[in-house]
Amino acid sequence: MTVHNKKLVLSASLLLSTTLQAGDFSGNISLEGRYFLDDAAYIGQKTGGLSLSLQPEYKHRWDNDHNTVSFIPFYRWDEKDPKRTHADIRQLDLTMAKGDWEFQAGISKIFWGVTESQHLVDIINQTDAVEGADGEDKLGQPLFRVSHLHDGGALSFYLLPYFRERTFAGIKGRFRGGFPVDTKNISYESSKKEKHIDYAVRLNHTFDEIDVGLSYFDGTSRVPQFIPDLTKRVLKQHYPLLKQTGLDLQYTGEAWLWKLEAVNRETKKENYTAAVGGFEYTLPGIGKSGADLGLLAEYHHDSRGEVSNAAFQNDLFLGARFSLNDVDATQILAGTFVDLDNQSKVFRVEGSRRIAKDLKLNVEAQTFSDIDSNDPLSNVKKDGFIQIELQKYF
Amino acid sequence: MKIITKVAVPILLSIFAVSAMAETAEQKGLRIAKEADAYDRGFGDSTADMIMTLKNRAGQTSTRKIRSKILEGIGDGDKSLSLFDTPADVKGTAMLTFSHGLKPDDQWLYLPALKRVKRINSRNKSGPFMGSEFAFEDLGSQEVEKYHYKYLREEACGKGWKCYVTERTPAYKYSGYSKQIGWIDTKEYRLVKVEFYDRKGTKMKTLTSSGYQQYLGKYWRPSVMSMQNHLTGKSTVLRWSNYKFKTGLSKRDFSKNALAR
Repeated sequence: MTVHNKKLVLSASLLLSTTLQAGDFSGNISLEGRYFLDDAAYIGQKTGGLSLSLQPEYKHRWDNDHNTVSFIPFYRWDEKDPKRTHADIRQLDLTMAKGDWEFQAGISKIFWGVTESQHLVDIINQTDAVEGADGEDKLGQPLFRVSHLHDGGALSFYLLPYFRERTFAGIKGRFRGGFPVDTKNISYESSKKEKHIDYAVRLNHTFDEIDVGLSYFDGTSRVPQFIPDLTKRVLKQHYPLLKQTGLDLQYTGEAWLWKLEAVNRETKKENYTAAVGGFEYTLPGIGKSGADLGLLAEYHHDSRGEVSNAAFQNDLFLGARFSLNDVDATQILAGTFVDLDNQSKVFRVEGSRRIAKDLKLNVEAQTFSDIDSNDPLSNVKKDGFIQIELQKYF
Repeated sequence: MKIITKVAVPILLSIFAVSAMAETAEQKGLRIAKEADAYDRGFGDSTADMIMTLKNRAGQTSTRKIRSKILEGIGDGDKSLSLFDTPADVKGTAMLTFSHGLKPDDQWLYLPALKRVKRINSRNKSGPFMGSEFAFEDLGSQEVEKYHYKYLREEACGKGWKCYVTERTPAYKYSGYSKQIGWIDTKEYRLVKVEFYDRKGTKMKTLTSSGYQQYLGKYWRPSVMSMQNHLTGKSTVLRWSNYKFKTGLSKRDFSKNALAR
């Protein structure tokens, strides 16, 4: 090693160590227990069990928070389903803001949209489907982003150089159909497979009480098509190329929020539109406690109709969000999805509360009722569950 | 000519005196509020760190750490960004507020776990901020247009200071208060004390601000703000530190993009 190189290594490591010192370590470790209300529907599936997850976080901000470096690895161990035992880099990125411009490079998560019961417009990240029943958990997406900020909004360009495949429950896992999903032999429409470069554009703007977002995505669909392999008794995944145009809109009044998300999706095989829209109405402080209650209603439409593999094609979501606004941040969200064509119903409850310093309790439950045999939900109708999670923050 | 002056000047003076005397309690209250607002003008932007300590009737405490950034509004209300460091489970949460006069404030919340920026409504203004004795409306930017004023009296208010005592009633919808009574010092317009009366007219809370320090030779900021709830026996203390002014923040630092950084 030459003296010059040594100097370089030394100054690089010095820079790294000062950066690390200046940063901020935190994170959480969670213990989750799940209990299924019914016996498993398919051979091989296990009953509930324990699961442990770890998510440390490192963040460093400098220059008036104009620049940030983040690193969030994630690991989950699951007692019953080896496919749920997995690791991911949720975030490893650099963001820099200068004047009207913002640049981001690395692995991260981007969220688009406004509605509560379904996210149609949101497309940058792949769903980490083994994580939760609600599809809110996402895998880290490698990306480059350039945003131009203007008064009231921003125009962002995204380059997505690598595709992440969706995670699926294994043969021992719940939340699957009769055939488990084959996560090895995957086919793509693009000859470049997971190396196909996707891109996306999004414009968001605020006009007083109205927040609007227009987006366009051109790349590999995050949702696979399934091809049953009757000899191997698995579902094979095929990821088609997709062009998605999206609109998200929110009107914010003092008590009323009106929300709409709509997409047009075009693949070689199909061209369809889907939308979800509705309101959230906040009732003022209840009693002296200062608690508030929000009432939600959202309607789901999908032009493909009941034949499609979309669970929400003519469905209504009704829900209530109760926030105690207390010291322990107690919150409950309860809701039901009703299929207006076949009366299939899903009930969901989520609650959380701080039970000690840096310790949070999360409770989640989901049940199904009157599920029509033609409804996509019939695959998972025996997977009603109650889940309790303890999250320790550090 | 001399005669005219001799006659006219006293007449003019007496007209001024009459019009000064004719200033109603409401007009005087509004004038003081406007003067206090003008006195603080020109700070540009400021940042500060805050530790909030919540204490219940049994004396148990819990804390929240919040960093705040404010951009002075010209022709409109201030813009503010609050970043939460603790409790650990809300670390990284941030709130962006564009305050207005009578029009409801615009507010966005950033949820770091979902990386979601959510526009939120402002109906529950009287709701407690993070379980504290401060309601959302107590912590918002106190724009002049948000209240109707009425001057009550002038009296000593500690430290040898003299204070204007003014009653203000919220002019905006969904307030949790029927009125507030504020003590502002006559020299430097520092808000020393505010009494909050609930919608039934009962005295509910008292806010006391102390440890005032002057920055850039002009702008006074308290280092301790203590809110006592008389009905529940609970209290919340805000301790401010690390005040910085004119740090070079721009409106781009108070955007949805900046919120998510």
